[in-house]
Amino acid sequence: MRETLISLAYLFAAGCFVMALKWLSHPITARRGVRIGEIGMVVAIAATLVKVEIVEFQWIAIALVLGIALGVPLGLLVPMTAVPQRTALSHAFGALAAGLVGVAEYYLSKPDIDTTTMVALGLEVVLGFLTFTGSLIAAGKLQGLVRDRPWIYTGQNLVNLGILVSALVLVGFVVVDPSRTFLFPFIIGISLLYGVMLVIRIGGADMPTVISLLNSFAGLSASMMGFVLDNKLLIIAGALDGSSGLILSIIMCKAMNRSFANVLFGGFGAEDTTGGAIESRPVRSVDPEETAFLLDTARSVVVVPGYGMAAAQAQHKVRDLTDVLRKRGLDVKFAIHPVAGRMPGHMNVLLAEANVPYEDLYDLDAINPELPQTDMVLVVGANDVVNPAARTDQASPIYGMPILDVDQAASVIVVKRSMRSGFAGVDNELFYLDKTQMLFGDAKAVIGGVIDELSKLPSREVAGV
Amino acid sequence: MDEVLEASLFIFVLASFLGYAVITRVPGLLHTPLMSLTNALSAISLVGSLILAGAGRGTLATVLGSIAVFAAMTNVVSGFLITDRMLKMFKRREAPKKAEAPTEVVAAR
Repeated sequence: MRETLISLAYLFAAGCFVMALKWLSHPITARRGVRIGEIGMVVAIAATLVKVEIVEFQWIAIALVLGIALGVPLGLLVPMTAVPQRTALSHAFGALAAGLVGVAEYYLSKPDIDTTTMVALGLEVVLGFLTFTGSLIAAGKLQGLVRDRPWIYTGQNLVNLGILVSALVLVGFVVVDPSRTFLFPFIIGISLLYGVMLVIRIGGADMPTVISLLNSFAGLSASMMGFVLDNKLLIIAGALDGSSGLILSIIMCKAMNRSFANVLFGGFGAEDTTGGAIESRPVRSVDPEETAFLLDTARSVVVVPGYGMAAAQAQHKVRDLTDVLRKRGLDVKFAIHPVAGRMPGHMNVLLAEANVPYEDLYDLDAINPELPQTDMVLVVGANDVVNPAARTDQASPIYGMPILDVDQAASVIVVKRSMRSGFAGVDNELFYLDKTQMLFGDAKAVIGGVIDELSKLPSREVAGV
Repeated sequence: MDEVLEASLFIFVLASFLGYAVITRVPGLLHTPLMSLTNALSAISLVGSLILAGAGRGTLATVLGSIAVFAAMTNVVSGFLITDRMLKMFKRREAPKKAEAPTEVVAAR
């Protein structure tokens, strides 16, 4: 009877989780999705705690309290600009939990483990531990603790492949004979090593894909735990997480016109071209005063934010600028490229934090047809996603990537720290066009300057523009 | 193939397809909250961790299980909290009333 009720509670929780994701399809219903997800989680935890197997509560209680103690600040205090690294860190935690449960399950049940359970257990442990270290490295890169540029050496793909294959071969040996206990620590160690090797070669701008992929791995690992423990709720929740991560990684790859293999093994952006890229081609540079003047002559402005805006924490200043421009009668829109920033949807969250209404955020397909009729585009800390070489230069590494066609607008102002090339290490033709003006400096500072200058200008009605 | 495994495989495959169907409807606008919410949901591995930590199966199980409970619980709490915090910020454009006020300021100058 008790077991039946517990199973029904798990079924209810699984239903809640599906509804949570369904309601996430629109910003209006999305918060309801969080509520129902929480209800499902509480029901599942409560049902688990009344299971007859659970006889000791003191360690569980301590672990739960510590988890809450760390979870509350991670959830409430982390600034929005740090969301990518928090997400990577939580992938690491989830994967660690799955990996550890797998390890304990193996040592407690060996050697009486049937083949299918052992396969699931092996996958749980390999995926869990490689995601654990991989996500830690990703979080370190995003936080700036680990070098952001990819770490590449000759024969790296071969070495990495060798590491992964050897982990899987060892799993195979243990599957054939689960009593080969001495192999198990090697499986753990090699998986931990593979996670590090996989992610150190990934550069910052490829993080959206890699975070999504690690998300998928963490989910699959939880799902495998469900197979091992014969727990259907774990299988379902893990599969939902796994498919979500997979879908996001596919979207990210498409947005860069690259394959999984190219992201994981391509070593994109490895060559630091800063030395050679300083060339003498002239660019037109403007100061905040001239920028204010130029903006004031426009009727429509499209703002293109990129990682540079996040790095400079300039989202609030950008929002202030758009407020001022609107007051002066300009039509202002935001254009968001799918891979702008360091994780899927990164720019949207930052702009939402700065109180930009979400109706003003346009995705690639929605804004590109409007750009030819746009008077001015203001690019804030974006580079590769507005590089026309993706359309025109077949030799360019970013050729074929869908970009925001800002070069079609009447004029462009690019806010940028320096002439350093973007992540892909390619020069951006956009900067040398006659219609382009460069506004050099820290995005937060120079946009603040533009706002000041705009306030000195006479209002448009008075000036009779 | 035994029946338990068969049922589990069915559930896994169907849940993956269901996930695909539901998640492709989530707009790009909400992809960051999507990732943090699925993260919180997959912390349901807490269930497995609790059973391991509390079943009195020896020191190894209790130690590894308790660490797993801690890690999963951190994800449950922080995942739901930050998702809600993000979603709270996604606002529609304010009503026209508010939009009129600034125009008056400009005219007054």
